[in-house]
Amino acid sequence: MGLASAESDRMQRGRAPADRSKLTSPIMIALSFAVLLAAWHFAAVTWPSRSLPGPVLVFQTFLRETASGDLPYHLGMTLWRVAASFVLAMVIGSVIGVFLGSFRRADQFFNPWLILFLNIPALVVIVLAYIWFGLNEVAAIGAVAVNKIPNVIVTMREGTRALDPRYAEMAAVYRFGPLDRLRHILLPQLQPYIAAASRSGIALIWKIVLVVELLGRSNGVGFEINLFFQLFDVAAILAYALAFVAVMLFIELLLVQPLERSSTRWRRRAA
Amino acid sequence: MNAHQLAGAAARLKVNIEEKSFRTSDGGTIEVLRDLNFEVGENEFACVLGPSGCGKTTMLRILLGLDREFRGSVQLPGKVQARMGAVFQEPLLLPWRTVEQNVRLALPTHLRDTSLDQLFASLGLGKMRGFYPSELSLGLARRAAIARALAIEPDILLLDEPFVSLDASTAQQLRHLLLGVWSDRPTTALMVTHNLQEAIMLSDRIVVLSDRPTHVLGTFDIRLPRNYRNEQVNADLLRAFREKFAGIRTEP
Repeated sequence: MGLASAESDRMQRGRAPADRSKLTSPIMIALSFAVLLAAWHFAAVTWPSRSLPGPVLVFQTFLRETASGDLPYHLGMTLWRVAASFVLAMVIGSVIGVFLGSFRRADQFFNPWLILFLNIPALVVIVLAYIWFGLNEVAAIGAVAVNKIPNVIVTMREGTRALDPRYAEMAAVYRFGPLDRLRHILLPQLQPYIAAASRSGIALIWKIVLVVELLGRSNGVGFEINLFFQLFDVAAILAYALAFVAVMLFIELLLVQPLERSSTRWRRRAA
Repeated sequence: MNAHQLAGAAARLKVNIEEKSFRTSDGGTIEVLRDLNFEVGENEFACVLGPSGCGKTTMLRILLGLDREFRGSVQLPGKVQARMGAVFQEPLLLPWRTVEQNVRLALPTHLRDTSLDQLFASLGLGKMRGFYPSELSLGLARRAAIARALAIEPDILLLDEPFVSLDASTAQQLRHLLLGVWSDRPTTALMVTHNLQEAIMLSDRIVVLSDRPTHVLGTFDIRLPRNYRNEQVNADLLRAFREKFAGIRTEP
């Protein structure tokens, strides 16, 4: 009995430490942004110019574009393209990455291809996709995904090489079904690698989506920025860009971080 | 080639490994097992005792179906496909699943909804069902591994030194727990160990293995029921074992 209570003591201690470092305090974030805005405002007032509108003017442009419905529409189109190419890149990249990580021969054979694709500039892929497949949505989303897939492959291949074979053996002895193996053996072990690939993926993909839109689409944030560039409307360019950055920030804070926290709750928290 | 046969219900475990060798990195081969033959009866608890590095774990991997590169045959008890409860040297619980999820995941479909209350209670895990393995001590994690192996109602229980790296009192407590739950639902069991006292305490039969290439040196049957075994009896058994297998290196 004494042993059992000592063990439960040890476990209580293991559970206790709170994760303070995980969250930056909201006050600090607000303060930090306020200082940035103040500096911007100060610069715009000190050097008045058409090419540097102040935060107030940008905000007014943002409100006007939102009220007209233009900004939400183009933002929505861009978000849709980001989401579609993200899912495409993650799924295809993960499957190929796990395959190459599992079979050394295949990896040796395809590695030069991978290096080639890693080093093709995004712009070349986009231009070629538009030439070969036409100025359409499939070419646009495909081009973005192709830019991201090699990165996902490299990360997931590394993750697959780090898999612990003993868990697979345990699953074989206890006759886990294929779905159970995927859900309970493979994906949890790959989770840190999936998280890393997603993080860098979203940041990369939305920037490439803007280029794709600029070059060959008639809607989306990238198309609008090109339009306002020709009109030399810097306030509108900033309004669109910042609105999209804000959306991506919210996705990170409200979707990615809570998801990551819940999927890593089994890890022993550092004190 | 090898064969993993399965005979009719309630068959015995029959091990007939003619040869098993490994290729070394310099291109040579190293013979681990040679003519390793023994049987374990239905609901019998057998211990395989042998010096470190003699290939006990290799033999167990062959029985578990994890290594099929051998010559010979293995016949497991059970109807169609033997359900094997395995306790590995490491507990091998999935760190991202709770204790209860770890046990339930191993259950065959028709047992998925079965109640595990009694099993958890008898292993002293009742309060730890919702814990993650990283929150358990090694002793508790081993108990959870034993729970997983027994929960599936196995045709055969295979244990690979499940009590190593535990302090003496925890190991002894765990041996009693194992005997308790195994007696409640007896099944054919084979435990690999290099600890002679442990073997004498737990088993009906001790299979003594040689050094590499490993074969069976002899068996030591203990027909005395476990509830009649006490320290005095175990000491006598130990002496008898040492007389029969003089010159065998075993741990005290």
